[in-house]
Amino acid sequence: MQFSANGQALAYLVSAILFILALKGLTHPGTARKGNYYGMLGMLIAIVATLLGAEVKSYGFIIAGVAAGGVIGGILAARVRMTAMPQLVAALHSFVGLAAVLVAVGTFLNRREAGMLNPVLMGELSAGIVIGAITFTGSVIAFGKLQGLISGAPVRFRGQHPLNALIALVTIALAVHFATTGSAVSLGLMTVLALLIGVTLIIPIGGADMPVIISMLNSYSGWAAAATGFTLHNNLLIIVGALVGFSGAILSLIMCRAMNRSIFNVVFGGFGGSGTAEASAVTAAAEKGVKSASVEDVIYWTEDADKVIIVPGYGMAVAQAQHALKELMELLEERGVKVLFAIHPVAGRMPGHMNVLLAEADIPYDHVLEMDEVNPEFPTADVVLVVGANDVTNPAARSDPSSPIYGMPILEVGKARQVYVIKRSMRPGYAGVDNLLYYQDNCSLVFGDAKAVCEGLVNALKGGGH
Amino acid sequence: MPDALVALYVFVLACFIGYYVIWGVTPSLHTPLVALTNAISGIVIVGALLVAGFDQASGLSEVIGFFAVLLASINVFGGFLVTNRMLAMFKKKKK
Repeated sequence: MQFSANGQALAYLVSAILFILALKGLTHPGTARKGNYYGMLGMLIAIVATLLGAEVKSYGFIIAGVAAGGVIGGILAARVRMTAMPQLVAALHSFVGLAAVLVAVGTFLNRREAGMLNPVLMGELSAGIVIGAITFTGSVIAFGKLQGLISGAPVRFRGQHPLNALIALVTIALAVHFATTGSAVSLGLMTVLALLIGVTLIIPIGGADMPVIISMLNSYSGWAAAATGFTLHNNLLIIVGALVGFSGAILSLIMCRAMNRSIFNVVFGGFGGSGTAEASAVTAAAEKGVKSASVEDVIYWTEDADKVIIVPGYGMAVAQAQHALKELMELLEERGVKVLFAIHPVAGRMPGHMNVLLAEADIPYDHVLEMDEVNPEFPTADVVLVVGANDVTNPAARSDPSSPIYGMPILEVGKARQVYVIKRSMRPGYAGVDNLLYYQDNCSLVFGDAKAVCEGLVNALKGGGH
Repeated sequence: MPDALVALYVFVLACFIGYYVIWGVTPSLHTPLVALTNAISGIVIVGALLVAGFDQASGLSEVIGFFAVLLASINVFGGFLVTNRMLAMFKKKKK
């Protein structure tokens, strides 16, 4: 059986619709799995339609590649820990980028063999190679930062931006030269420089901005697929590329808004390096000192409460405290306490990371609220328990115009009757800013490892309480 | 209308679809969204299949095609399976 070009185009259309429905499924957790199956079906249709088309003649390398890729992808998906999800995503982004480069180079070689090169095609190939190469090395750097293979600190030096601009200009000049002459030397140099841009674009971005980096690279991987679509005159790749490109772009925007920073500030500005906090309300508050509380104090206030809100941050995931929190939730609910979880958009190391970590611990998603939903709940909450979150609870973001995080939307935990913050030490958060919350009258700190403290709370409740 | 212009039409309209569909995604599913878009951007496998299966492909372009198919397949399988694994964790309260 062989597909005609028209039959193939219609199959691609069905596949594009299925991909749109797949994304649409993520509107609600209840429909999301069905959406994922639509996506799988769309991919299957696209691959089968391509293989049955007139253009594919030999299958040996294809079968080997799909089989090996399937095994590797399956193992990665089954083995990855949920805390390491950002690393997996970064690795997969790098694969899309590299695949786009390889497809463009392979297409160039094949079309040259067949004598079918023209300037428009080579211009499109250049776009595919440049975007793909930037996605590839950018994602490799992001992976390195996430995995701790390279320092998460932003790398900046004098003349960095002019240098980047120069490299970009030379890359474009080489692309034009390649498009007009078909010179393989220009092609090679252009590829190398584009790989370099991927590195220089990501190294100045600090580890605290990981959610933005992940979203940006997600977007790039989409544009790389779209550019490949233009090269091959394949509408399916163009549609999918646009969907993915926009997905990443919108996520980047959401993350930036949640930090009250522009995308330019994140990409070019860097964050977290300067520790020059001005002598402001922070120092004044620091002189007042902080109160510390014990596990017993927390239990005393919590077990008779009507409403308790738990605010988890990435520190909770690092300490693996989510399972203890789930047990705590159940014990409190048995006592008739309403328990909610509050999540800030930039909690965790990628968009929505904390939701997945809580879901993994079997905490029902209808107990987990986003910032806008949960902020009106704080004034009526009896107790707020902050576990491993810091900057996103800092009232300085609303009250202190000299603070670097001023203007950032926060979880307004300070409005609750009593706040307990579980913390290892007085070390400031990612932004390097002292947290004014800790000096409020209704806030006490429980010093210790998040997991140990949460287990302590669970044991105290199990022991029958007071 | 020339092919390149048709492609541009498709691209721009698809951008609008992407814009509206993605804003509809609930924030609690943003991580599965990234994983799912990872999987579907594995659609570059179509390009990889065309390179690897090309009639007059030289040895070099066959090898290039093989690696492109391999990388795109890792995305497709890894992306969909890990999305499925994550979505299976999102449960409502047991009654």
